[in-house]
Amino acid sequence: MNEPWKVDGLLLLVPAYNEEATVGQVVREIQQTLPGVPVLVVDDCSADGTRDAARQAGAQVLSLPHHLGLGGCVQAGYKLACELGYQYVIRLDADGQHDPRDVPRILQALLESGCEMAIGSRYIDGEHDYASPLRALGIKFFRLLLRPILGKVVRDPTSGFVGVNRTALELFARSFPLEYPEIEALVVLQRKAFRFVEVPCRFRPRQGGKSSITTLRAFYYLIHVLLGVFVNVLRYPSGRKRQKPSGEPLWNA
Amino acid sequence: MERLMDLLTGVSLVLIAAILVSVRRAHIRVEYSVSWLAAAVTLLILSRCEGFLMSLARWLGVGEPPVVILLLGAGIFLIVFFRFSLIISELKDANVALTQRVAILEYKLETLCEQQTGQGQKQAGDVRY
Repeated sequence: MNEPWKVDGLLLLVPAYNEEATVGQVVREIQQTLPGVPVLVVDDCSADGTRDAARQAGAQVLSLPHHLGLGGCVQAGYKLACELGYQYVIRLDADGQHDPRDVPRILQALLESGCEMAIGSRYIDGEHDYASPLRALGIKFFRLLLRPILGKVVRDPTSGFVGVNRTALELFARSFPLEYPEIEALVVLQRKAFRFVEVPCRFRPRQGGKSSITTLRAFYYLIHVLLGVFVNVLRYPSGRKRQKPSGEPLWNA
Repeated sequence: MERLMDLLTGVSLVLIAAILVSVRRAHIRVEYSVSWLAAAVTLLILSRCEGFLMSLARWLGVGEPPVVILLLGAGIFLIVFFRFSLIISELKDANVALTQRVAILEYKLETLCEQQTGQGQKQAGDVRY
């Protein structure tokens, strides 16, 4: 497949909150790398010029009238994508950490594996394994925690570089974790007997702006996600039967 | 003990009065005032039942009846707070859904307007030629 991104019904979703410094560049880079693919920036009621910067760069913008946090922001994008009939949605961060050149890999994984979700992972043959020490520690912790719950290893469970197909899109449009969605979404998928696959991707340092994650917030994140995982395990009966039994990632690069 | 009970009676009466005034001025909706009124009335009744509190203290093995008042007060308000947490969670879910719906409708409206503007300009151009 020379231009695998040229499939009908692909949307690139970019949730953004106060990312005026980088969102325009991210949109332009996507358009240069993947011409013709629609880009939807979901502005989570930013206080700066994120909305205008995204519009000027040529993206469609869904503007939330009230700040919802990452999960609510992404879910709004999923809801719109679902209503507009998109078949595949791939999410990229607005801070430039995700390389649009990896989008075809994620799409290809969705198309070929038949999985409902593909996760861009910085820990499978990643050329630039960029993560702060605190984040790297958190990733290791959640990798260990999730293994018995998910029945397989997820090397980069906090990655926001994810693609979903229509089935997962419809599920997430109905129900999606509100604050820190990545890990909880994995648990929800697993409990619903959906499958996911990890794909090696390049991650880069933030291209600008400032991360909202402080040490205190990291601690809150830890508690919140732990509780969220626990609640989702209780809420949904196990759907492990459809998961591939192997502990290895499905992706073979 | 007697002075403490009188104080509790006073606090309960003030709380009831404050709730009723707030409801009358529409600062609290009636459905959300019920928990507070129930809590205040319960405290008022307890503050006038010294014998009951003494029996309860003996049954619980607490030496001092004022501790029982403290425990009951804390228990009542925990229930009230829990109920409000449920209400707040429900309201937050509704707010999120509404916010998302408003944004999506606004997006669709803008898209529709842009399409109509584009068609209008095209028709104007056709007439000109």
